[in-house]
Amino acid sequence: MRFRPLILLAATTLALSACSAGSLGSSDDEGGGKVALSFLVDNSEDGVRIGEQLAKDFTAANPDITVNVETRPQGGEGDNLIKTRLSTGDMTDVFQYNSGSLFQALSPQKNLVALDDQPWVGKLDDNFKITVSTGGKTYGAPWSGFIAGAIMYNRAVYARLNLQVPKTWSDFMANNAKIKAAGVVPVIQTYQDTWTSQLFVLGDFHNVTAAEPDFPEKYTKNQAKYATSTAAIKGFQHLQEVHDAGYLNKDFASAKFDDGLKKLAKGEGAHYPMLSSAISTIVANFPDQAKDIGLFAIPSDDAASNGLTVWSPAGVYIPTSTQGAKLDAAKKFLSFIAGPAGCASAGTASTPVGPYAVKGCELPADVTQVAKDTQPYLDREGGSSLALEFLSPIKGPALEQITVEVGSGIRKAADGAALYDKDVQKQAQQLGLEGW
Amino acid sequence: MATTTIDKTPARHRTAPGPARHGRVHSPYPYWFYLPAAVIYGLLFIIPTITAFYFSLTRWTIFDSKFIGFDNYVTFFSEPALVSGLTHTLIYAVVTSGAKVVLGMLLALLLTSRIVGRGFLRSVVFFPVLVSTIGVGLTFTVLMNPDQGLINDALGLIGIDGPAWLTDPRYALLSVALVDIWKGVGLATVIYIAGIVSIPSEYFEAAKVDGAGAWDNFRRIILPLARPATVTVILLSLIGGLRSFDLIWAMTRGGPGFTSDVIASVIYKQYQAGFYGLSTAGNVVLFLVVTAIVFPLSRFLNRKEAEL
Repeated sequence: MRFRPLILLAATTLALSACSAGSLGSSDDEGGGKVALSFLVDNSEDGVRIGEQLAKDFTAANPDITVNVETRPQGGEGDNLIKTRLSTGDMTDVFQYNSGSLFQALSPQKNLVALDDQPWVGKLDDNFKITVSTGGKTYGAPWSGFIAGAIMYNRAVYARLNLQVPKTWSDFMANNAKIKAAGVVPVIQTYQDTWTSQLFVLGDFHNVTAAEPDFPEKYTKNQAKYATSTAAIKGFQHLQEVHDAGYLNKDFASAKFDDGLKKLAKGEGAHYPMLSSAISTIVANFPDQAKDIGLFAIPSDDAASNGLTVWSPAGVYIPTSTQGAKLDAAKKFLSFIAGPAGCASAGTASTPVGPYAVKGCELPADVTQVAKDTQPYLDREGGSSLALEFLSPIKGPALEQITVEVGSGIRKAADGAALYDKDVQKQAQQLGLEGW
Repeated sequence: MATTTIDKTPARHRTAPGPARHGRVHSPYPYWFYLPAAVIYGLLFIIPTITAFYFSLTRWTIFDSKFIGFDNYVTFFSEPALVSGLTHTLIYAVVTSGAKVVLGMLLALLLTSRIVGRGFLRSVVFFPVLVSTIGVGLTFTVLMNPDQGLINDALGLIGIDGPAWLTDPRYALLSVALVDIWKGVGLATVIYIAGIVSIPSEYFEAAKVDGAGAWDNFRRIILPLARPATVTVILLSLIGGLRSFDLIWAMTRGGPGFTSDVIASVIYKQYQAGFYGLSTAGNVVLFLVVTAIVFPLSRFLNRKEAEL
């Protein structure tokens, strides 16, 4: 007699849970096959604009599928969030994330849906395809176009002071001296947003491979080091030189990314080492000045081999936790993103700066000056290379703090490079690579 | 779910006739009475602690883990940021703890004297303790901005060229410590007020008869008799300083570079980078360091108290 309430309770709970599982299943099919997809993008201005536009245009073409955009932090915090959500099976139905070494760190074979059966995979640019593939399978659709890591410069300042675009580091420093004499800040740095400090090192990579073609391979095998490679250490030295020469803006330590773009657009500063995608924020915030902003590759010792370091687009992926009707809808969404309609959609949201990673996608006619300056490097044989993070799975997580120290005069270049090598070693061991 | 509910009920029958054990144990409660607490304690504290010790010996990616012995500890101790992080932690803990003792004592003296609006002033001093640390950190980051911040603007009015509080590697850690002191001194003051108020007034009357001045009162009566309060303040603020993280992270993220990194922020960065095994090892180290400093200190301070 005493146990009856308990049994009743248990029975009701079971009935309830069965009921709720049933209703959960039916909610997907509710209203004649309507599906809602959640889509996680990074919270940069650019990222949110592209995400919202893609979602809107896709739903316009497929009224049965709605896409809800969610945002996540950028940088290390975002990496952590993605990894945690993937490992707990709590990821959104579709998500955007870096390609290359950061993609490799997600254990794609275990966590992502391979997309080789999709027709668009065959149309992907090979340079992009390798950065979202592992173990012979492809996992991602391209998010917007290729971008460059280079020096963005104010052409109005250059015209006023009658300067030429430099190809060698000594020409660049000579320009800086003239710019400083004219009362303009030669090099803008914004170390409050630490990630912006890495460009002199990462963007110099074409010049590293031009001098040492086997660097990426040796670096992955623990045979080449930043501290001991004469070409690779240059990036750290350049960072120290511009600081020691007093060429930085006075508030370099407290300025943020947006401050840097403002200084560049207004001509308060002449050079800003940055990713070329930053131009879309300048177009949005300073439309009149955007035409003044151009781009050149980070200067090297040898003018003949000087070239541009290129970043592969981020990828859009489907986690293995997406199943059933949602999986079909998600695959549809990815094939939209990887098609001409998707390229056009992303292009209306954010000014394209480099070629798209899918055959059949063309850049619009009225591109920015930054895109015009990028093209000759890409057209020239040996004029550009992918960044190291796309050629090697290893990128040390503390690089941004180290480059802030070197760029602020807290640590010497040689010391910084050696410290970064140690950081790289930790990452390689964590990935379980051979030879570390 | 249904089966467990049924299983449990007969179990209650078995344990209920407990008197057989009564003679041996003096506890007024039967063992099953402790069971819920023991289960919670085991599930939420003992098991995680043991697994933490285990995972600190592995290379752990959340997706899988590989046993590597003490390699994580070796890596952690060869981490260049760790050595500076340790020094910074000690500096931070000693500076904040010392300042809270001195300032807390002075404020408590002021607030136990006969001044106007004493109750109001007491609550004002305690107010920063109640505010969220992150909120305080972000507010002070804006106030301490070298070019547009209110603090340097105010200093500029009286002709002082204020330093770059948070972005100058020489001052960053101390600037954060300053904010920590402002935020935490209220708690120290309240503890001292309680200590001073509980000193019987007979001592002061006797001292007055003996012709003691204000300084003698402080030196010979308040200071020694408020000792328990001092011990509490030192221990609490030292532990707080050693494991401080939130304020530093909100204000400088350990920067510029690594110049205001403390142990906790070094550990957090390893976790952020996905080095889960390494950061767990770091937490074990932090646990040992805090124990190694605080345990002997507390023994020492309490022994002195007994001798008094």
